[in-house]
Amino acid sequence: MQAVRIAGAGSTAFGASPERTGRDLFGEAARIAIDDSGVPRAAIDRLCYGNFVGTVTERQGHQAPLMAKAAGVTAPATRYESACASGGVALKSAVEAVRSGAADVVLVGGMERMHNVTTERATEGLAMAADHLYESRAGVTFPGAYALMARAYFEEFGGTRADLAAVAVKNHRNALGNDKAQFQTEISTSDVLEAPTVADPLGLYDACPITDGASACVLVSEAYAEENNLDAPIAVTGAGQGTDSLALQQRDSLTRTPATTTAATAAYDEAEIAPSDIDLLEVHDCFTIAEVLALEGLGVYDRGAAIDAARSGETTRDGDLPVNLSGGLKAKGHPVGATGVSQVVELTKLLRGDHVNSAAVPDASLAVAHNAGGTVASATVHVLEVRS
Amino acid sequence: MRDQRADGYDDLLDALESDAGYYLSCPAGHGSLPPRQVCPTCGDDELSTEPLPDTGTVVTFTEVAVPAPAFAGQTPVVVIADFGPVRLTGRLLDDPDALEVGSEVVPTVASSPDGSRHVGARLASKR
Repeated sequence: MQAVRIAGAGSTAFGASPERTGRDLFGEAARIAIDDSGVPRAAIDRLCYGNFVGTVTERQGHQAPLMAKAAGVTAPATRYESACASGGVALKSAVEAVRSGAADVVLVGGMERMHNVTTERATEGLAMAADHLYESRAGVTFPGAYALMARAYFEEFGGTRADLAAVAVKNHRNALGNDKAQFQTEISTSDVLEAPTVADPLGLYDACPITDGASACVLVSEAYAEENNLDAPIAVTGAGQGTDSLALQQRDSLTRTPATTTAATAAYDEAEIAPSDIDLLEVHDCFTIAEVLALEGLGVYDRGAAIDAARSGETTRDGDLPVNLSGGLKAKGHPVGATGVSQVVELTKLLRGDHVNSAAVPDASLAVAHNAGGTVASATVHVLEVRS
Repeated sequence: MRDQRADGYDDLLDALESDAGYYLSCPAGHGSLPPRQVCPTCGDDELSTEPLPDTGTVVTFTEVAVPAPAFAGQTPVVVIADFGPVRLTGRLLDDPDALEVGSEVVPTVASSPDGSRHVGARLASKR
């Protein structure tokens, strides 16, 4: 099995750019990642590309060939779709392609463009991540589904909206100075608590924004990096994926995300690590409650124990275990199909020392990325480690 | 989209409309909702049809203030209720003032303004 290194990483600015086409956004992210890697385009063996609602927002199916040409790549290209985990599953396939020896160099990335349609249309597109017959038809929106999970969590373990607000405040603070982030502004607890309700108990500031953007990484085999004298100090040492029932009603518990745990267990086993070895994480905080559920599913907190992790300071920039130093989906933004790759772009820079927040984790050597689709019916976990 | 029936799903809605709701059960007792070729939990293909309990207990709910286009201008209230072997997600058709976790609900059929049918719920206390 070939060991996997990240040779290059890059993202577009995240935010509202309705006039920019998907092909333009992905072309930019790919160009940045390829330039960062020092790998010639002709060496790329395949493209793994994540996208969720492009068939709705751009009326564009069959995007992989389009994106390959946008990146200037002639290699075979495939689009991966697992809702908000589209980028994560594309990444896992890219890792597997290098490990197996099927490829020495893989361009992996994702893109989403949503501001070119109305908020209602984008919301409708995102709701397609839920069970159409049993959830969407009954009025469940994407925020509504997480609101159902949040209330169930409060009932089972306690916790308050102020606890969740601390997650939003933390992640906005982390995005200050991240020039790729959609929101580079601080918010207060009262801003979160007084924001309009989206689906009670969740308000507007409990939710990540609608985001346009793209991210990409160049993965190479360790042998290729050595033969070509690439500066690629970050290794992907673990990759895992989990699947759960699409509909919340089919699950044993509304406060557990077993797909996350399945993905984490597989990734930790491959990397031969324990949760206590993790120095920092990027987790899928599409809503504030989602960060809480992720930290418990990943095994870094016991069940019912992560609700006050942000409020107590444990997961803040200066805490024992910084979470979402990029700003997370909440403040960095959530270009859905790109997010799973975007998390790894941010962690790569954080570990290499060229991220605006690298100073917060000067001795970090092991990071975990967690990407989730829908209400975590899909999840991926990747372990990144610093190598010489 | 054509107003096409969905086998299994619409059959369940027809049954709920006649107060004759049901669920599917495998020999191990795992409950599920139609349509199913096999038990989603264990894969067993011996599925029997069992009567749905008359009432379920609300385990969580939300009032959606920013609704999907099908509910434009409304704030649908959605509950997930526990009926023992299965849970059902349904839109509450009563005033939600008396709704709380633990409320008993009766399953029924509801329609959205665009005419599509889905599972509904009424508070047992208001029956």
